[in-house]
Amino acid sequence: MTDFGDSFGTGDKAGDKELQEFLMVEKQKAQFNAQIHEFNDFCWEKCVDKAGSKLDGRTETCLTNCVDRFIDVSLLITNRFAQLLQKNAN
Amino acid sequence: MDSLPGGLSGAQKDELMDQVKQQIAVANAQELLTKMTEKCFKKCITKPGTSLDSSEQKCIAMCMDRYMDSWNLVSRTYSQRLQRERHNM
Repeated sequence: MTDFGDSFGTGDKAGDKELQEFLMVEKQKAQFNAQIHEFNDFCWEKCVDKAGSKLDGRTETCLTNCVDRFIDVSLLITNRFAQLLQKNAN
Repeated sequence: MDSLPGGLSGAQKDELMDQVKQQIAVANAQELLTKMTEKCFKKCITKPGTSLDSSEQKCIAMCMDRYMDSWNLVSRTYSQRLQRERHNM
């Protein structure tokens, strides 16, 4: 049986490259999932009033808007923050 | 065994990948379970009594289903947005 640390330490081997790629993809998927958990957490609070027999159209619209607007805000703040940093640097 | 020099054999690698995938799936399910319990308790149990009555149980079942609907909708919306953003880059 080969030692674990042994095989991970040698990055130039073809097999390790495949593993690295695999782990990168899985990490991205995990991050995507974590983001959805977070969005669903607060958009549920904002949009779902009573849990009925199905999500009604208004709630669905609210949920999709909630996700898109959150991303808008995140982008806006990131851009503005970058501008502020740049202004301070000059 | 078809072991690579100093590396994992193909079978070992497959096993490792399967384990990683499984652990991620378990973690994901646990997160969903934790959130669902918290959200549905909050929605359905306004005044905790001496037992869960049938209307509370019904509410919990419905809330679980809706929470998963919501999760799927959020997931779809987010991946569509990611696609759009990638398109605009």
